[in-house]
Amino acid sequence: MPHASLRGVTRVYPGARPVHALGPIDLDIARGEFFSVVGPSGCGKSTLLDVLAGLTAPTGGNITFEDKPVAGQVPDGIGVVFQEDASFPWLTVRDNVAFGLRRSGVAAAEIARRVDYAVGFMGLRDFAQSYPAQLSGGMRQRVCIARTLVLQPRLILLDEPFGALDQQTRLLMGDEVLRLWRETGATVLLITHALDEAAMLSDRVGVMSARPGRFIDLVETTWPRERDSRIVAEAAFGVVTARLWSSLRNESLKAIGREPAPA
Amino acid sequence: MSRAAAVVWTRVAVIAGCVLALEIACRAGLINPLTLIPPSAMAAAMVELLLSGEINGDVAHTFLTVAIAFVAAVLVGFTLGAVLHGLRRVRRAIDPLLASYYAIPIFVFYPLLVAIFGLNNLPLIAIGFLAAVPAMVIATLLGLDRVPRVLRKTARMYRLGHVTTVLRIVLPAALPNLFGGIKLALAYSFIGVIAGEFILSSGGLGYGIAYAYDSFENRAMYGRMLFVLLVAIITNGILYTWEMRLNRRRGRM
Repeated sequence: MPHASLRGVTRVYPGARPVHALGPIDLDIARGEFFSVVGPSGCGKSTLLDVLAGLTAPTGGNITFEDKPVAGQVPDGIGVVFQEDASFPWLTVRDNVAFGLRRSGVAAAEIARRVDYAVGFMGLRDFAQSYPAQLSGGMRQRVCIARTLVLQPRLILLDEPFGALDQQTRLLMGDEVLRLWRETGATVLLITHALDEAAMLSDRVGVMSARPGRFIDLVETTWPRERDSRIVAEAAFGVVTARLWSSLRNESLKAIGREPAPA
Repeated sequence: MSRAAAVVWTRVAVIAGCVLALEIACRAGLINPLTLIPPSAMAAAMVELLLSGEINGDVAHTFLTVAIAFVAAVLVGFTLGAVLHGLRRVRRAIDPLLASYYAIPIFVFYPLLVAIFGLNNLPLIAIGFLAAVPAMVIATLLGLDRVPRVLRKTARMYRLGHVTTVLRIVLPAALPNLFGGIKLALAYSFIGVIAGEFILSSGGLGYGIAYAYDSFENRAMYGRMLFVLLVAIITNGILYTWEMRLNRRRGRM
């Protein structure tokens, strides 16, 4: 049984000129898998994440998580890290991380234990009493990841969480996410526009077409579970990245209004 | 000395220099004492007025009027702003009116306000309220507009209800703008009430200044004026410091 499943999922934004943003999409994500989605700008990657998370209702098709339909609200067990800085600027790092737990009636001692773990895990112990404005962009994103981690989600959805970071920080943040994935055993779906990031982190990468986004290729990486950013030095990494680009190039040209190149 | 401390000391030195220059000009007879009395005499007159209790009634009258006008403006302004934020078409129609509101001299409505409320304190409260309420409406609209969409999505991720989302996410996120609106509403209600008393009332600090002016009581007039000036500066200074602290914490400085 897949951990999360999408069958014939479409999303059309209504209006005077309706926009067909997504689908139809058929996808099964296995429990504990690290699955990434790459695609040209505006192809519906974030829409895919939103419908899977229950943040947006699909226009058609069915979505299930742990064999239960996803409808109307974010199901218990799904955590989302957004592309934009979603830390609460009026709360300290510690209060940011504890926010969700305090709303869900968890005992104070348990909150303290889980927050201590998440803050330490993301390397934020020395900044627990700092406000987000006192942190770098990368650290703020780590606060958001810690805030999701503390809820112990079984499916973590990452929407281009490192999009605003420099390349070095992105590689290091990638290591953090791999460590998080291994230690929690959660299933991860990562939306990214960076092919090297997708190739480095994932068990499988789904390549989406230009809008309306559909999967045009699924690439298996066959990396060992114990891996980190040093994998970028391996020859196989280049092969995976090249395959992703060859699948994506024509779609990217279409997305910017250029004619696809002949084969 | 830190840069911030140097700025504060420079500011104090500039003000002290101006006051000292005025003091010297008045004492040296460069300025006619019937026009302006020395700042030290203004301060002495203000202290005398306060110690004698002569202006207690005026102070209570003005502060109470301002307080009612201000609280009403904040509550009504926030509610109107929140409602308008949810009604996009109505907002589009009203936006130009809000933008041009301060071009209207609201004092021209005093006869109408007296006709509606009678010869009592209510027309003054209404003028203070009318002067302050648009600032709060505009600040509320601006604050709610600027709540990042991702924070509302985060609220949905936490499965927060509508009320909890407003209380825990929307209001804290909009607070810097709301605070700016509160600060402006206090200043405008104060200006509206003092100016209203000056020309329309039979009590309050504004009336006291006008009465002293008509009676050629320069010391009493300048003592009251200095008191009003100090109250405005101190109140605004406290709110400014509070706002800076809030913004600094959020990295908006």
